[in-house]
Amino acid sequence: MLDLVIDARRGGFHLEISARFAAPLTVIFGPSGAGKSTLLRFLAGLDRPDQGRIVFNGTALTDSALRTYVPPGRRSCSLVTQQPALFPHMRVGSNVRYGIPGKNAGIWARRVEEALELVGASDLIRRFPRELSGGEAQRVALARAIAVEPRLLLLDEPFSALDGTAADALLERLKPWLAERNVQTLIVTHNATDAFMTGAEVALLKQGRIIAQGPATQVLATERQRLLAHLQTD
Amino acid sequence: MDWQAFFLTLRLAGLTTAILLAIAIPLAALIVLGRSRWLAGLEALAALPLVLPPTVLGFFLLVLLGPRTGFGRVVTRMLGHPLAFSFSGLVVGSVIYSLPFAVQPLVAGFASIDPALVDAARLLGARPVRLVRTILVPLASRSLVAAAVLSFLHTVGEFGVVLMLGGDIPGATRTLSLVLYNQVENFDYAAAGRTAALLLGLSVLALVAVYSTSAQGHMRRGRRA
Repeated sequence: MLDLVIDARRGGFHLEISARFAAPLTVIFGPSGAGKSTLLRFLAGLDRPDQGRIVFNGTALTDSALRTYVPPGRRSCSLVTQQPALFPHMRVGSNVRYGIPGKNAGIWARRVEEALELVGASDLIRRFPRELSGGEAQRVALARAIAVEPRLLLLDEPFSALDGTAADALLERLKPWLAERNVQTLIVTHNATDAFMTGAEVALLKQGRIIAQGPATQVLATERQRLLAHLQTD
Repeated sequence: MDWQAFFLTLRLAGLTTAILLAIAIPLAALIVLGRSRWLAGLEALAALPLVLPPTVLGFFLLVLLGPRTGFGRVVTRMLGHPLAFSFSGLVVGSVIYSLPFAVQPLVAGFASIDPALVDAARLLGARPVRLVRTILVPLASRSLVAAAVLSFLHTVGEFGVVLMLGGDIPGATRTLSLVLYNQVENFDYAAAGRTAALLLGLSVLALVAVYSTSAQGHMRRGRRA
Protein backbone atom coordinates (compact mmCIF):
# COMPACT_ATOMS: atom_id res chain seq x y z
CA MET A 1 0.00 0.00 0.00
CA LEU A 2 1.29 3.42 -0.96
CA ASP A 3 0.24 6.54 0.93
CA LEU A 4 1.42 9.87 -0.28
CA VAL A 5 1.05 13.55 0.40
CA ILE A 6 3.21 15.60 -1.93
CA ASP A 7 3.57 19.33 -2.34
CA ALA A 8 6.20 20.50 -4.80
CA ARG A 9 6.75 23.52 -7.01
CA ARG A 10 9.01 23.21 -10.03
CA GLY A 11 9.17 26.51 -11.90
CA GLY A 12 5.58 27.47 -12.64
CA PHE A 13 4.30 23.94 -12.09
CA HIS A 14 2.66 22.97 -8.80
CA LEU A 15 2.22 19.30 -7.90
CA GLU A 16 -0.16 18.82 -5.01
CA ILE A 17 -1.18 15.22 -4.42
CA SER A 18 -2.79 13.42 -1.55
CA ALA A 19 -3.64 9.82 -2.37
CA ARG A 20 -3.61 6.19 -1.32
CA PHE A 21 -2.80 3.51 -3.88
CA ALA A 22 -3.85 0.13 -2.50
CA ALA A 23 -4.54 -1.89 -5.66
CA PRO A 24 -1.77 -4.21 -6.92
CA LEU A 25 -1.90 -2.40 -10.27
CA THR A 26 -2.72 1.28 -10.64
CA VAL A 27 -2.70 3.29 -13.82
CA ILE A 28 -1.95 6.98 -13.46
CA PHE A 29 -3.61 8.57 -16.42
CA GLY A 30 -3.26 12.17 -17.50
CA PRO A 31 -2.33 14.46 -20.35
CA SER A 32 1.26 15.47 -21.08
CA GLY A 33 2.52 17.94 -18.51
CA ALA A 34 0.09 16.79 -15.81
CA GLY A 35 2.98 15.81 -13.52
CA LYS A 36 2.93 12.01 -13.99
CA SER A 37 6.68 11.55 -14.50
CA THR A 38 7.46 14.05 -11.73
CA LEU A 39 5.27 12.05 -9.37
CA LEU A 40 7.16 8.84 -10.21
CA ARG A 41 10.50 10.57 -9.62
CA PHE A 42 9.35 11.53 -6.13
CA LEU A 43 8.18 7.97 -5.44
CA ALA A 44 11.48 6.53 -6.70
CA GLY A 45 13.48 8.97 -4.57
CA LEU A 46 15.17 10.69 -7.51
CA ASP A 47 13.69 14.00 -6.41
CA ARG A 48 12.42 15.29 -3.09
CA PRO A 49 9.14 17.17 -2.63
CA ASP A 50 9.20 20.58 -0.93
CA GLN A 51 6.84 19.13 1.65
CA GLY A 52 5.18 15.78 2.06
CA ARG A 53 5.30 12.18 3.05
CA ILE A 54 5.54 8.96 1.07
CA VAL A 55 4.84 5.76 2.99
CA PHE A 56 5.09 2.34 1.36
CA ASN A 57 3.79 -0.71 3.27
CA GLY A 58 4.13 1.18 6.55
CA THR A 59 7.69 2.40 5.93
CA ALA A 60 8.28 6.12 5.45
CA LEU A 61 10.40 6.58 2.31
CA THR A 62 10.19 10.37 2.37
CA ASP A 63 8.97 12.56 5.20
CA SER A 64 9.89 16.23 5.00
CA ALA A 65 8.69 16.91 8.56
CA LEU A 66 10.91 14.21 10.05
CA ARG A 67 13.67 14.82 7.49
CA THR A 68 13.41 11.19 6.43
CA TYR A 69 14.65 10.34 2.98
CA VAL A 70 15.46 6.83 1.82
CA PRO A 71 17.71 7.16 -1.25
CA PRO A 72 16.83 5.45 -4.53
CA GLY A 73 18.19 1.93 -4.63
CA ARG A 74 17.29 1.35 -0.99
CA ARG A 75 13.53 1.73 -1.46
CA SER A 76 12.91 -1.73 -2.99
CA CYS A 77 11.59 0.27 -5.89
CA SER A 78 12.32 0.07 -9.62
CA LEU A 79 11.51 2.69 -12.23
CA VAL A 80 11.35 2.11 -15.97
CA THR A 81 11.10 5.24 -18.06
CA GLN A 82 10.20 5.84 -21.68
CA GLN A 83 13.90 6.30 -22.33
CA PRO A 84 15.45 2.88 -21.50
CA ALA A 85 18.72 4.40 -20.17
CA LEU A 86 20.72 1.21 -20.66
CA PHE A 87 24.41 1.52 -19.82
CA PRO A 88 25.96 1.77 -23.30
CA HIS A 89 29.33 0.24 -22.38
CA MET A 90 27.81 -2.93 -20.92
CA ARG A 91 26.22 -5.89 -22.66
CA VAL A 92 22.55 -6.64 -22.01
CA GLY A 93 23.49 -9.36 -19.49
CA SER A 94 25.64 -6.95 -17.44
CA ASN A 95 22.94 -4.27 -17.62
CA VAL A 96 20.36 -6.65 -16.18
CA ARG A 97 22.82 -7.96 -13.57
CA TYR A 98 23.85 -4.46 -12.40
CA GLY A 99 21.27 -4.07 -9.64
CA ILE A 100 21.17 -7.65 -8.35
CA PRO A 101 22.69 -7.61 -4.87
CA GLY A 102 25.22 -10.09 -3.54
CA LYS A 103 28.19 -11.75 -5.19
CA ASN A 104 26.80 -15.16 -6.00
CA ALA A 105 27.36 -15.72 -9.72
CA GLY A 106 24.79 -18.53 -9.78
CA ILE A 107 22.04 -16.28 -8.39
CA TRP A 108 23.06 -13.52 -10.82
CA ALA A 109 22.85 -15.84 -13.81
CA ARG A 110 19.51 -17.33 -12.73
CA ARG A 111 17.86 -13.95 -12.13
CA VAL A 112 19.23 -12.43 -15.34
CA GLU A 113 17.96 -15.39 -17.34
CA GLU A 114 14.58 -15.35 -15.63
CA ALA A 115 14.10 -11.59 -16.14
CA LEU A 116 15.14 -11.68 -19.80
CA GLU A 117 12.95 -14.68 -20.48
CA LEU A 118 9.95 -12.99 -18.88
CA VAL A 119 10.23 -9.99 -21.22
CA GLY A 120 11.05 -12.19 -24.24
CA ALA A 121 14.63 -10.94 -24.63
CA SER A 122 16.72 -14.01 -23.77
CA ASP A 123 18.45 -13.98 -27.16
CA LEU A 124 19.74 -10.41 -26.59
CA ILE A 125 21.95 -11.22 -23.60
CA ARG A 126 25.28 -10.81 -25.45
CA ARG A 127 24.35 -7.67 -27.35
CA PHE A 128 25.31 -4.09 -26.59
CA PRO A 129 22.53 -1.47 -26.23
CA ARG A 130 23.58 0.19 -29.52
CA GLU A 131 22.70 -3.09 -31.28
CA LEU A 132 19.10 -3.06 -30.00
CA SER A 133 15.94 -1.61 -31.53
CA GLY A 134 13.82 0.79 -29.44
CA GLY A 135 11.39 -1.97 -28.47
CA GLU A 136 14.18 -4.41 -27.56
CA ALA A 137 15.87 -1.75 -25.42
CA GLN A 138 12.61 -1.15 -23.54
CA ARG A 139 12.23 -4.90 -22.91
CA VAL A 140 15.79 -5.04 -21.53
CA ALA A 141 15.15 -1.97 -19.34
CA LEU A 142 12.09 -3.74 -17.94
CA ALA A 143 14.12 -6.93 -17.35
CA ARG A 144 16.76 -4.88 -15.51
CA ALA A 145 14.06 -3.35 -13.31
CA ILE A 146 12.43 -6.65 -12.35
CA ALA A 147 15.70 -8.56 -11.91
CA VAL A 148 16.24 -6.70 -8.62
CA GLU A 149 12.89 -8.13 -7.42
CA PRO A 150 11.39 -4.81 -6.30
CA ARG A 151 8.41 -4.45 -3.98
CA LEU A 152 7.23 -1.38 -5.90
CA LEU A 153 7.48 -1.16 -9.69
CA LEU A 154 7.02 2.20 -11.40
CA LEU A 155 6.51 2.16 -15.16
CA ASP A 156 6.56 5.48 -17.01
CA GLU A 157 5.12 4.74 -20.46
CA PRO A 158 7.54 1.82 -20.69
CA PHE A 159 6.03 0.24 -23.80
CA SER A 160 5.90 3.30 -26.02
CA ALA A 161 8.33 1.77 -28.55
CA LEU A 162 6.38 -1.50 -28.76
CA ASP A 163 3.36 -2.00 -30.99
CA GLY A 164 0.00 -2.48 -29.24
CA THR A 165 -0.11 -6.28 -29.55
CA ALA A 166 3.46 -6.76 -28.31
CA ALA A 167 2.86 -4.38 -25.38
CA ASP A 168 -0.35 -6.20 -24.39
CA ALA A 169 1.38 -9.59 -24.60
CA LEU A 170 4.28 -8.35 -22.49
CA LEU A 171 1.96 -6.95 -19.84
CA GLU A 172 -0.03 -10.21 -19.75
CA ARG A 173 3.20 -12.18 -19.14
CA LEU A 174 4.28 -9.70 -16.48
CA LYS A 175 1.03 -9.62 -14.49
CA PRO A 176 1.19 -13.15 -12.94
CA TRP A 177 4.90 -12.69 -12.14
CA LEU A 178 4.12 -9.44 -10.30
CA ALA A 179 1.09 -10.94 -8.53
CA GLU A 180 3.06 -14.01 -7.42
CA ARG A 181 5.72 -11.80 -5.83
CA ASN A 182 3.24 -9.29 -4.43
CA VAL A 183 4.83 -6.40 -6.33
CA GLN A 184 2.73 -3.24 -6.32
CA THR A 185 2.84 -1.59 -9.74
CA LEU A 186 2.08 1.92 -10.91
CA ILE A 187 1.89 2.53 -14.66
CA VAL A 188 1.89 6.05 -16.05
CA THR A 189 0.23 6.63 -19.39
CA HIS A 190 -1.49 9.30 -21.41
CA ASN A 191 -3.11 6.67 -23.61
CA ALA A 192 -6.69 5.88 -22.54
CA THR A 193 -6.65 2.51 -24.34
CA ASP A 194 -3.75 1.37 -22.12
CA ALA A 195 -5.74 2.34 -19.06
CA PHE A 196 -8.75 0.25 -20.16
CA MET A 197 -6.65 -2.74 -21.32
CA THR A 198 -4.90 -3.27 -18.00
CA GLY A 199 -8.16 -3.51 -16.04
CA ALA A 200 -6.39 -1.74 -13.22
CA GLU A 201 -7.50 0.96 -10.83
CA VAL A 202 -7.07 4.36 -12.46
CA ALA A 203 -6.01 7.67 -10.92
CA LEU A 204 -6.71 10.67 -13.10
CA LEU A 205 -4.00 13.33 -12.82
CA LYS A 206 -4.57 16.81 -14.20
CA GLN A 207 -2.51 19.95 -13.67
CA GLY A 208 -0.64 18.44 -10.76
CA ARG A 209 -3.69 17.10 -8.89
CA ILE A 210 -5.41 13.72 -8.73
CA ILE A 211 -8.99 14.60 -9.55
CA ALA A 212 -10.51 11.12 -9.61
CA GLN A 213 -9.59 7.58 -8.62
CA GLY A 214 -11.37 4.28 -9.16
CA PRO A 215 -12.26 1.74 -11.90
CA ALA A 216 -11.32 2.80 -15.43
CA THR A 217 -14.95 2.72 -16.62
CA GLN A 218 -15.88 5.24 -13.94
CA VAL A 219 -12.83 7.54 -13.87
CA LEU A 220 -12.38 7.59 -17.62
CA ALA A 221 -16.07 7.62 -18.60
CA THR A 222 -15.59 10.76 -20.71
CA GLU A 223 -12.49 9.33 -22.38
CA ARG A 224 -14.45 6.12 -23.08
CA GLN A 225 -17.26 8.07 -24.73
CA ARG A 226 -14.74 9.99 -26.80
CA LEU A 227 -13.01 6.77 -27.93
CA LEU A 228 -16.32 5.09 -28.80
CA ALA A 229 -17.51 8.14 -30.72
CA HIS A 230 -14.19 8.18 -32.57
CA LEU A 231 -14.50 4.47 -33.49
CA GLN A 232 -18.11 4.91 -34.66
CA THR A 233 -17.12 7.86 -36.83
CA ASP A 234 -14.36 5.74 -38.42
CA MET B 1 71.65 15.86 -22.17
CA ASP B 2 71.00 15.92 -18.41
CA TRP B 3 69.44 12.45 -18.05
CA GLN B 4 69.25 12.78 -14.29
CA ALA B 5 66.96 15.81 -14.73
CA PHE B 6 65.06 14.01 -17.49
CA PHE B 7 64.22 11.00 -15.31
CA LEU B 8 63.51 13.22 -12.30
CA THR B 9 61.06 15.21 -14.44
CA LEU B 10 59.35 12.01 -15.61
CA ARG B 11 59.17 10.70 -12.04
CA LEU B 12 57.71 13.99 -10.81
CA ALA B 13 55.18 14.18 -13.64
CA GLY B 14 54.18 10.52 -13.30
CA LEU B 15 53.72 10.69 -9.54
CA THR B 16 51.89 14.01 -9.76
CA THR B 17 49.55 12.62 -12.44
CA ALA B 18 48.74 9.51 -10.38
CA ILE B 19 48.02 11.56 -7.25
CA LEU B 20 46.02 14.11 -9.24
CA LEU B 21 43.79 11.45 -10.79
CA ALA B 22 43.17 9.92 -7.37
CA ILE B 23 42.09 13.35 -6.10
CA ALA B 24 40.42 14.73 -9.22
CA ILE B 25 38.09 11.79 -10.00
CA PRO B 26 36.16 11.96 -6.69
CA LEU B 27 36.38 15.77 -6.67
CA ALA B 28 34.94 16.07 -10.19
CA ALA B 29 32.23 13.52 -9.36
CA LEU B 30 31.31 15.53 -6.26
CA ILE B 31 31.15 18.76 -8.29
CA VAL B 32 28.93 17.17 -10.95
CA LEU B 33 26.67 14.99 -8.78
CA GLY B 34 26.59 16.95 -5.52
CA ARG B 35 23.71 19.18 -4.47
CA SER B 36 25.41 21.49 -1.96
CA ARG B 37 25.65 25.18 -2.83
CA TRP B 38 29.22 25.15 -1.48
CA LEU B 39 30.33 23.09 -4.45
CA ALA B 40 30.55 26.20 -6.66
CA GLY B 41 33.13 27.54 -4.19
CA LEU B 42 35.00 24.25 -4.27
CA GLU B 43 35.08 24.28 -8.07
CA ALA B 44 36.37 27.87 -8.05
CA LEU B 45 39.06 26.90 -5.53
CA ALA B 46 40.13 23.97 -7.72
CA ALA B 47 40.41 26.35 -10.69
CA LEU B 48 42.41 29.00 -8.78
CA PRO B 49 45.87 27.80 -9.94
CA LEU B 50 44.79 28.59 -13.51
CA VAL B 51 44.79 32.33 -12.82
CA LEU B 52 47.39 32.47 -10.08
CA PRO B 53 50.93 33.29 -11.32
CA PRO B 54 53.12 30.20 -10.70
CA THR B 55 55.68 32.23 -8.81
CA VAL B 56 52.98 33.56 -6.48
CA LEU B 57 51.72 30.02 -5.84
CA GLY B 58 55.31 28.83 -5.33
CA PHE B 59 55.96 31.67 -2.87
CA PHE B 60 52.84 30.90 -0.83
CA LEU B 61 53.71 27.21 -0.71
CA LEU B 62 57.30 28.01 0.24
CA VAL B 63 56.08 30.09 3.17
CA LEU B 64 53.34 27.64 4.15
CA LEU B 65 55.64 24.62 4.14
CA GLY B 66 58.56 26.44 5.72
CA PRO B 67 59.48 26.85 9.41
CA ARG B 68 57.63 30.20 9.69
CA THR B 69 54.17 28.57 9.91
CA GLY B 70 52.75 26.10 12.40
CA PHE B 71 51.67 23.87 9.51
CA GLY B 72 55.18 23.86 8.07
CA ARG B 73 56.70 23.00 11.47
CA VAL B 74 54.21 20.11 11.95
CA VAL B 75 55.00 18.73 8.49
CA THR B 76 58.75 19.05 9.11
CA ARG B 77 58.40 17.24 12.46
CA MET B 78 56.33 14.46 10.84
CA LEU B 79 58.65 13.91 7.87
CA GLY B 80 61.91 14.64 9.62
CA HIS B 81 62.82 17.25 6.99
CA PRO B 82 61.19 20.36 5.52
CA LEU B 83 59.08 19.87 2.40
CA ALA B 84 60.51 22.95 0.76
CA PHE B 85 63.58 22.28 -1.39
CA SER B 86 62.81 18.54 -1.57
CA PHE B 87 61.35 16.23 -4.20
CA SER B 88 58.30 15.58 -1.97
CA GLY B 89 57.73 19.34 -1.76
CA LEU B 90 57.84 19.55 -5.55
CA VAL B 91 55.19 16.82 -5.77
CA VAL B 92 52.92 18.75 -3.38
CA GLY B 93 53.44 21.97 -5.35
CA SER B 94 52.88 20.24 -8.69
CA VAL B 95 49.68 18.58 -7.51
CA ILE B 96 48.23 21.93 -6.43
CA TYR B 97 49.50 23.74 -9.52
CA SER B 98 48.15 21.18 -12.00
CA LEU B 99 44.89 20.47 -10.16
CA PRO B 100 42.63 22.37 -12.61
CA PHE B 101 44.16 20.52 -15.56
CA ALA B 102 42.96 17.25 -14.05
CA VAL B 103 39.67 18.43 -12.58
CA GLN B 104 38.27 20.47 -15.46
CA PRO B 105 38.36 17.80 -18.22
CA LEU B 106 36.84 15.32 -15.78
CA VAL B 107 34.07 17.71 -14.75
CA ALA B 108 33.30 18.31 -18.43
CA GLY B 109 33.37 14.56 -19.15
CA PHE B 110 31.18 13.58 -16.20
CA ALA B 111 28.73 16.42 -16.89
CA SER B 112 28.28 15.25 -20.49
CA ILE B 113 27.01 11.83 -19.37
CA ASP B 114 23.24 11.43 -19.78
CA PRO B 115 21.71 12.07 -16.31
CA ALA B 116 19.21 9.27 -17.02
CA LEU B 117 22.11 6.77 -16.83
CA VAL B 118 23.16 8.15 -13.46
CA ASP B 119 19.56 7.96 -12.24
CA ALA B 120 19.30 4.37 -13.50
CA ALA B 121 22.46 3.35 -11.63
CA ARG B 122 21.26 5.04 -8.43
CA LEU B 123 17.89 3.30 -8.73
CA LEU B 124 19.69 -0.01 -9.09
CA GLY B 125 21.42 0.63 -5.78
CA ALA B 126 24.80 1.98 -6.90
CA ARG B 127 26.46 3.94 -4.08
CA PRO B 128 28.70 6.88 -5.08
CA VAL B 129 31.94 4.87 -5.33
CA ARG B 130 30.34 2.22 -7.56
CA LEU B 131 28.59 4.89 -9.61
CA VAL B 132 31.92 6.59 -10.29
CA ARG B 133 33.80 3.32 -10.93
CA THR B 134 31.27 1.58 -13.16
CA ILE B 135 29.44 4.42 -14.92
CA LEU B 136 31.20 7.81 -14.79
CA VAL B 137 34.80 6.72 -15.35
CA PRO B 138 34.14 4.22 -18.20
CA LEU B 139 31.80 6.62 -19.99
CA ALA B 140 34.21 9.54 -19.60
CA SER B 141 37.35 7.54 -20.43
CA ARG B 142 38.47 10.09 -23.06
CA SER B 143 38.23 12.87 -20.48
CA LEU B 144 40.28 10.72 -18.13
CA VAL B 145 43.00 10.34 -20.77
CA ALA B 146 42.89 14.09 -21.44
CA ALA B 147 43.13 14.86 -17.71
CA ALA B 148 46.09 12.50 -17.29
CA VAL B 149 47.97 13.82 -20.32
CA LEU B 150 47.35 17.49 -19.52
CA SER B 151 48.41 17.00 -15.89
CA PHE B 152 51.55 15.17 -16.98
CA LEU B 153 52.51 17.77 -19.58
CA HIS B 154 51.74 20.69 -17.33
CA THR B 155 53.99 19.21 -14.64
CA VAL B 156 56.76 18.49 -17.16
CA GLY B 157 56.71 22.10 -18.30
CA GLU B 158 56.29 23.87 -14.94
CA PHE B 159 58.97 26.34 -14.00
CA GLY B 160 57.86 29.03 -11.54
CA VAL B 161 56.59 26.72 -8.82
CA VAL B 162 59.61 24.42 -9.17
CA LEU B 163 62.07 27.28 -8.91
CA MET B 164 60.37 28.93 -5.94
CA LEU B 165 59.60 25.77 -3.98
CA GLY B 166 62.37 23.43 -5.00
CA GLY B 167 65.30 25.64 -5.84
CA ASP B 168 67.67 23.98 -8.26
CA ILE B 169 69.17 20.97 -6.52
CA PRO B 170 70.61 18.36 -8.93
CA GLY B 171 69.03 14.95 -8.43
CA ALA B 172 66.40 16.31 -6.03
CA THR B 173 64.56 19.26 -7.55
CA ARG B 174 66.32 20.10 -10.83
CA THR B 175 63.84 19.40 -13.62
CA LEU B 176 64.24 19.74 -17.40
CA SER B 177 62.74 23.25 -17.38
CA LEU B 178 65.40 24.38 -14.93
CA VAL B 179 68.11 22.67 -16.97
CA LEU B 180 66.90 24.56 -20.04
CA TYR B 181 66.92 27.85 -18.11
CA ASN B 182 70.46 27.21 -16.87
CA GLN B 183 71.66 26.29 -20.35
CA VAL B 184 70.27 29.52 -21.81
CA GLU B 185 71.77 31.52 -18.96
CA ASN B 186 75.14 29.97 -19.79
CA PHE B 187 74.69 30.76 -23.51
CA ASP B 188 74.85 27.02 -24.30
CA TYR B 189 72.23 27.27 -27.04
CA ALA B 190 73.08 23.89 -28.63
CA ALA B 191 72.32 22.03 -25.39
CA ALA B 192 69.30 24.29 -24.76
CA GLY B 193 68.02 23.40 -28.22
CA ARG B 194 68.26 19.68 -27.49
CA THR B 195 66.49 20.07 -24.11
CA ALA B 196 63.79 22.24 -25.66
CA ALA B 197 63.34 19.73 -28.50
CA LEU B 198 62.92 16.93 -25.96
CA LEU B 199 60.28 18.91 -24.05
CA LEU B 200 58.55 19.77 -27.31
CA GLY B 201 58.66 16.12 -28.46
CA LEU B 202 57.11 14.94 -25.20
CA SER B 203 54.31 17.50 -25.53
CA VAL B 204 53.56 16.66 -29.17
CA LEU B 205 53.53 12.91 -28.47
CA ALA B 206 51.15 13.33 -25.57
CA LEU B 207 48.80 15.60 -27.50
CA VAL B 208 48.76 13.18 -30.45
CA ALA B 209 47.79 10.45 -27.97
CA VAL B 210 44.91 12.59 -26.64
CA TYR B 211 43.61 13.62 -30.05
CA SER B 212 43.88 10.13 -31.53
CA THR B 213 41.76 8.79 -28.64
CA SER B 214 39.33 11.63 -29.24
CA ALA B 215 39.23 10.93 -33.00
CA GLN B 216 38.41 7.25 -32.36
CA GLY B 217 35.55 8.43 -30.17
CA HIS B 218 34.21 10.71 -32.93
CA MET B 219 34.39 7.82 -35.39
CA ARG B 220 32.53 5.48 -33.05
CA ARG B 221 29.83 8.10 -32.55
CA GLY B 222 29.65 8.66 -36.29
CA ARG B 223 29.09 4.96 -36.97
CA ARG B 224 26.26 4.83 -34.44
CA ALA B 225 24.47 7.84 -35.89
